[in-house]
Amino acid sequence: MSASDQQRLSLRVRLAYPGFTLDVDKDIQLAGVTGLFGPSGGGKSTLLRIIAGLERRAAGQVNFGDEVWQSDTSFMPSYRRPVGYVFQDTRLFPHLTVQGNLQFALARRANDLGVAFDEAVSSMDLQPLLHRHVDALSGGERQRVAIARTLLTNPRLLLLDEPMAALDVGRKREILPYIEALQKRFGIPAIYVSHAVNEMARLADNVIVLEGGRITAFGPAADILNREDMQLSASPFDAVTVMEVRVVEHMRALHLTRVDHQGQFITVPMMAGTTEGETARLLVRAGDVVIATEEPRGLSVRNMLIGNLLSISPLQNSAFATVSVDVGGAVIKAQLTHQAVTELGLVTGSRVIALIKAASFDRNL
Amino acid sequence: MSINAMPDLGPLWLSLTLAGVTSLILLFLGTPLAWWLSGTSSRFKPAIEAVTALPLVLPPTVLGFYFLIALGPASPIGSFWVRITGEALTFSFSGLVIASVFYSLPFMVQPLQNAFESVGRAPLEAAATLRAGPIDSFFSVAAPLARRGFITGTVLSFAHTIGEFGVVLMVGGNIPGKTRVISIAIYEHVETLNYEAAHILSAGLIVFSFIVLLFVYGSRRWNPIYVR
Repeated sequence: MSASDQQRLSLRVRLAYPGFTLDVDKDIQLAGVTGLFGPSGGGKSTLLRIIAGLERRAAGQVNFGDEVWQSDTSFMPSYRRPVGYVFQDTRLFPHLTVQGNLQFALARRANDLGVAFDEAVSSMDLQPLLHRHVDALSGGERQRVAIARTLLTNPRLLLLDEPMAALDVGRKREILPYIEALQKRFGIPAIYVSHAVNEMARLADNVIVLEGGRITAFGPAADILNREDMQLSASPFDAVTVMEVRVVEHMRALHLTRVDHQGQFITVPMMAGTTEGETARLLVRAGDVVIATEEPRGLSVRNMLIGNLLSISPLQNSAFATVSVDVGGAVIKAQLTHQAVTELGLVTGSRVIALIKAASFDRNL
Repeated sequence: MSINAMPDLGPLWLSLTLAGVTSLILLFLGTPLAWWLSGTSSRFKPAIEAVTALPLVLPPTVLGFYFLIALGPASPIGSFWVRITGEALTFSFSGLVIASVFYSLPFMVQPLQNAFESVGRAPLEAAATLRAGPIDSFFSVAAPLARRGFITGTVLSFAHTIGEFGVVLMVGGNIPGKTRVISIAIYEHVETLNYEAAHILSAGLIVFSFIVLLFVYGSRRWNPIYVR
């Protein structure tokens, strides 16, 4: 049995509620962070709960590697499954301190191998909080404690159920680097649930799309998230492009990072938490992309990506059209006025330059 | 106050012993029952809840009457008890304990059930994902979070047993040292026009009950538990 087989999650499960049926039949090869993405009410949390064994009413089969977690004749209870579950509402125990919550997990794990107490504490910067009462913590702090507590169970599969959904933007920014660093530091395969494209782009390597209780798509994050039907934002005006890039070098003095996008280089604000040579994803809004037909001069924008115009889709009853540009095989979307499209003489196949301000690559949420 | 007005304190100790034993038994019987009621969706739940609440609405004489029959030496329970202990259950301390356990059951079960329900499923699910089995979860998460329910249930059961009269009189009668608890003693003092002794015991019971209730309501202020 190879290691990769052990990280295969086979799901054949069905759970019906009045007015909603979750029906999933899928083998998922778990590698890095798998995003579970889809609209609210699509069954994401329910599927996660089934994997964790928290939905006893679910029928079907759940296998993790060669372990049977659930079948028609058996059901391994939650407390025997090697999963770590991070709840949106943290579910810290209010009768225990931060340290007490962490020790709760430590005292119950099967063996002493794996994540050490000090390691979990330092990875989430919890040292100053250890003796605090959990009711005295901020939302972000609570979630860091919950993640550390989960790590201390030595999970072989991490399940993160919208861990940032209950946090305001400031708190999200505070906790995101911790979540992002989890994979690198501990290497535990994770399933991350969210309905936010930007969280998915930043955190997930592969994305499963769950809509109306069914899996409708599965693939590499950039491929899935760039599909127009996958952008769950309310309006096409919020269209975004997820660019898969390779980190070339960090220019620390300038607080910039140079990345390779399909053989062309661009410079973006320092991507803290990434190492040179690794692949990362950048998110850029179509409204932040400028299209030129020739190389501009005397312009502050430094990032120019040369490509061919792939398509022009007018947005109904508006001044705008979404223009897709093929840059070395990857597509970048720009939002232009119909007037600009006409005056620049843009047609399918035109050679164009996509200009993107460094400031548009906002890695914050 | 003359010396012979000072009542015998035997009934007081008997009441305290009865209440203590009853509360202890109820803690062991009421906890699993309340835990089951708080989590079940069984169709028998309403029926069990109704039976548990019966002592709240029935006159104590009704319960006392049926206990007298059920525990009497002619009944299966009563005759079984006579066979193994050589004593009758009726008009005995053991009979009083059995009747009191049933009579005070709602005072233990209802606060506990409410406490368990307000703890909810969420912390227990979290405990399960942290490798705590059901019994472990109960003792390490549910019970500490429901501790106010335990305090309230125990104190109310204790106080309610101290205050019972009708059931005790029917099942236990008035045997000094065995079944003559404080409420019976007061009744007898009044019957024999020994008002001074009746005053001492009655006023003592009022003060005791007030202190107990003060303790219960006052305890809400200690260590508030936030259950989300």
